[in-house]
Amino acid sequence: MRRLALEALRACALAALCAGTALASEPAPRTPAPEKPGQLQAQPPPFTQGIFPCTQCHVGPGDRTRRDLGFHEDIKFEHDAEHRWCLDCHSNENRDVLHLSNGDPVPFTESYRLCGQCHGDKYRDWRVGVHGKRVGQWDGQKTYFLCVNCHNPHSPRFKPLKPKPRPARPEEMRP
Amino acid sequence: MSRDEGVRKSLPVLPDAPPDPGRRNFMRTAAAGAAVAALSGCGLEDFFRKSFRELSKDDVKRIVASLERKNSAKYGKTVTVSSTPARAGVEFGYGLDLSRCVGCRRCVYACVEENNQSRKNPQIHWIRVLEMDKARGVDLAHAEVYYDAEEVPRPGHFYMPVQCQQCRNPPCVKVCPVQATWKEPDGIVVIDYDWCIGCRCCMSACPYGARHFNWAEPTLPAEEMNPNTHYLGNRPRPKGVVEKCTFCIQRTRAGRYPACVEVCPAGARKFGNLLDPESEIRRVMETKRVFVFKEDLATHPQFYYFYAT
Amino acid sequence: MTGILGFLRGCVRIVARGNRAYYAWLGALAIAILVGLFAYAHQFRTGLIATNMRDQVSWAFYVGNFTFLVGVAAAAVLLVIPAYVYEWGPIKEVVILGELLAISAITMCLLFILVDMGRPDRFLHILPLLGSPNWPRSMLTWDALVLNGYLLLNLTVVVHMLYRGYRGEHYNRKLIVPLVLASIPGAVSIHTVTAFLYNGMAARPFWNASILAPRFIASAFCSGPAVMIILFQILRRTTRIEVKDEAIFKVAELMSYAMFVNLFLLGAEVFKEYYSATEHLLYTQYLWSGIGTHRALVPFAWLALACSVTAFLLFLVPRTRRNWVTLNLGCLLIWAGVYIEKGMGLVIPGMTPDTLGEIYEYRPTATEWAIAAGIFGVGFFVFTVLVKVAVPIMTGTFQAPDRAAGGPKVGKPAVAA
Repeated sequence: MRRLALEALRACALAALCAGTALASEPAPRTPAPEKPGQLQAQPPPFTQGIFPCTQCHVGPGDRTRRDLGFHEDIKFEHDAEHRWCLDCHSNENRDVLHLSNGDPVPFTESYRLCGQCHGDKYRDWRVGVHGKRVGQWDGQKTYFLCVNCHNPHSPRFKPLKPKPRPARPEEMRP
Repeated sequence: MSRDEGVRKSLPVLPDAPPDPGRRNFMRTAAAGAAVAALSGCGLEDFFRKSFRELSKDDVKRIVASLERKNSAKYGKTVTVSSTPARAGVEFGYGLDLSRCVGCRRCVYACVEENNQSRKNPQIHWIRVLEMDKARGVDLAHAEVYYDAEEVPRPGHFYMPVQCQQCRNPPCVKVCPVQATWKEPDGIVVIDYDWCIGCRCCMSACPYGARHFNWAEPTLPAEEMNPNTHYLGNRPRPKGVVEKCTFCIQRTRAGRYPACVEVCPAGARKFGNLLDPESEIRRVMETKRVFVFKEDLATHPQFYYFYAT
Repeated sequence: MTGILGFLRGCVRIVARGNRAYYAWLGALAIAILVGLFAYAHQFRTGLIATNMRDQVSWAFYVGNFTFLVGVAAAAVLLVIPAYVYEWGPIKEVVILGELLAISAITMCLLFILVDMGRPDRFLHILPLLGSPNWPRSMLTWDALVLNGYLLLNLTVVVHMLYRGYRGEHYNRKLIVPLVLASIPGAVSIHTVTAFLYNGMAARPFWNASILAPRFIASAFCSGPAVMIILFQILRRTTRIEVKDEAIFKVAELMSYAMFVNLFLLGAEVFKEYYSATEHLLYTQYLWSGIGTHRALVPFAWLALACSVTAFLLFLVPRTRRNWVTLNLGCLLIWAGVYIEKGMGLVIPGMTPDTLGEIYEYRPTATEWAIAAGIFGVGFFVFTVLVKVAVPIMTGTFQAPDRAAGGPKVGKPAVAA
């Protein structure tokens, strides 16, 4: 059921990408400088329905020992799994936020700051719009996509897509 | 040329000299004015009308209104035909990240829907995606545009979409015998579909295979028709004329990104004003390895390929 | 005015009268023209999708025929050069027939362009004042200019000389000689501009070669006069026209030299492509040996070469040049060789592979054959009618009724100018 909802939400996010409409839901987070303030707006982070806020279930700090999870078994973890696990990004004290390597909390809407710690070159490119995607006005209001809108943070490698149909060959065009 | 200079200054746009309006206008008024007045009732007015760049503002309004009426009636929806001119201080630049394109062809079909291309017999795609071998690099002799796969990218291959490069030195503009195609100040090479005689000289001259011909009456289902059109862009074309990518002139002159840029799921397409130092495309030009397709032909395109990684 | 009306009436009478062979010929032409008209109606209605041209090969059969026929039109000058520049008597009388050929060929050229256009209803757009011709940058605009100019020039010369001949008067030397001399650079220009049309396209490496313009002239000069040679023999047999053997053999000899130049230039092209072996070799390779399974043009390329070389030898060797059988065989071979080489053998390899490396093998459709047949029908019809009128004027049998018969022959200026 949850897996289905997750897949459905991911499909919705992808559909949003294809439709290219600017989804304005939450108020704009701190924008990735140095664009003109107010000109950029973020896509929301793609949560599975009902999963947020995490503190619905996670009350207080938990066990820090690395282990297989009982509940989130639908998450396939393929993000440097040899060296990392959940609490390297998710805050143990407050599951509604992430944390940087120095412990600073980071809201989900600014998850790019966390990605940027390791993926600095991508982050620098993303801040100026060279990496990633923007839709809207080239000369004005843009909506940018968070890292996680395209890259599942647990399994970030870009998935292959089914291509759209090949073009018609010239001999296939008849009067 | 310009990329060797320190600052990435844009190359000067080489516009075609517009036809001399004064003398031609006079002769035309003297010679054909009466004829036009007499024939305007029976549709022969189109036979004697002027080329788009010679039309007065009122003529343009009249023609645009007539097109809106005709297209609205034909497609059963409210069709608008804009004639927004180029904005000053704008020179469009397009960046295509070859390290990101996965060959999914969503750009191809987003373009078809946005720009009202003929769907069948002929099927017109303004963007053609070439599948190439990583081992061979950009090698057109071994490129494949008709690739079919369950999933892309296929291992060992990379993908290079090709569309109109909006050259600064466009061979198509040079050879057109009737000046039906020209380069606008913002860089878009446009076609007046009501002036083109269908000789296809431009298609022979284009090194990128970017120009396409309406070999028959275009098949455009009314329910798929995009009613927000531009006179020089995506308005439905007649049979027997040439068409091509216009950087979604109906969107970009209203400040929006082209449809292909917005739909790309890999973020491989960048677009903006080359004269704006804060734009994404300027950042690309300044920080990435950028190259131009068929550079030896000195067409100086406003379409740049780059590798972000 | 009555003179002109009488002339026109006389022309109609002459054209309408003939023997059985003549009527059969006209009948065949009429059928071809009708077939062409029906096919064109279909193409006009459906669009050019009725041909096999597509984006990948966007110029093909029509443009190939056009290119060949521009060469034929230019070749009329091959007769003019010895006649007027070298004052060589035996040819001078029959120069006008070359001009008639030029007129018919240009007519066919213009028709081939018309049927190739996507919007022929917009032909006004290329005219000055009413349209917006892209002059001087577009080679196609130049082509329209020089082709129509050359047509006008030839029409003026022919109409003037025939009408004056009909009236039994001498043609006006001061008008005719400069025009005829101007037709020499005129003929060279129509074919050079057509060559430049291809030559200037950097996108098509097969065409983007400096050798193209000289090759065009050489192949024009060696193919066009073949028609004249055959025509002279027919006219000698069926009318009172005198054409000396020397004239015919001289034309054949000149053709052999032109063919030598043509073959030499071909050799130069082939050397450059195969020796340098850059990516551009692909187009030449497609023509002569095919690429992979795509070999549609290969048999035609070699056939054209065989025809051209054989014709060259037949015209070069005096024994075979002076033998009527081998001479006429040579004419057919040269016509076939150059037709293939300059028609499909030029246009198709220029576009195959296309600019993005794709290979689309083009073959003409039935519609294209039919329309081409119709246009050739029109061309041959125009030529037939013009010759049918011109020959009696030249031999003095078609004269104004109020003039004494036996006036000076057309082609000879008055003794006292």
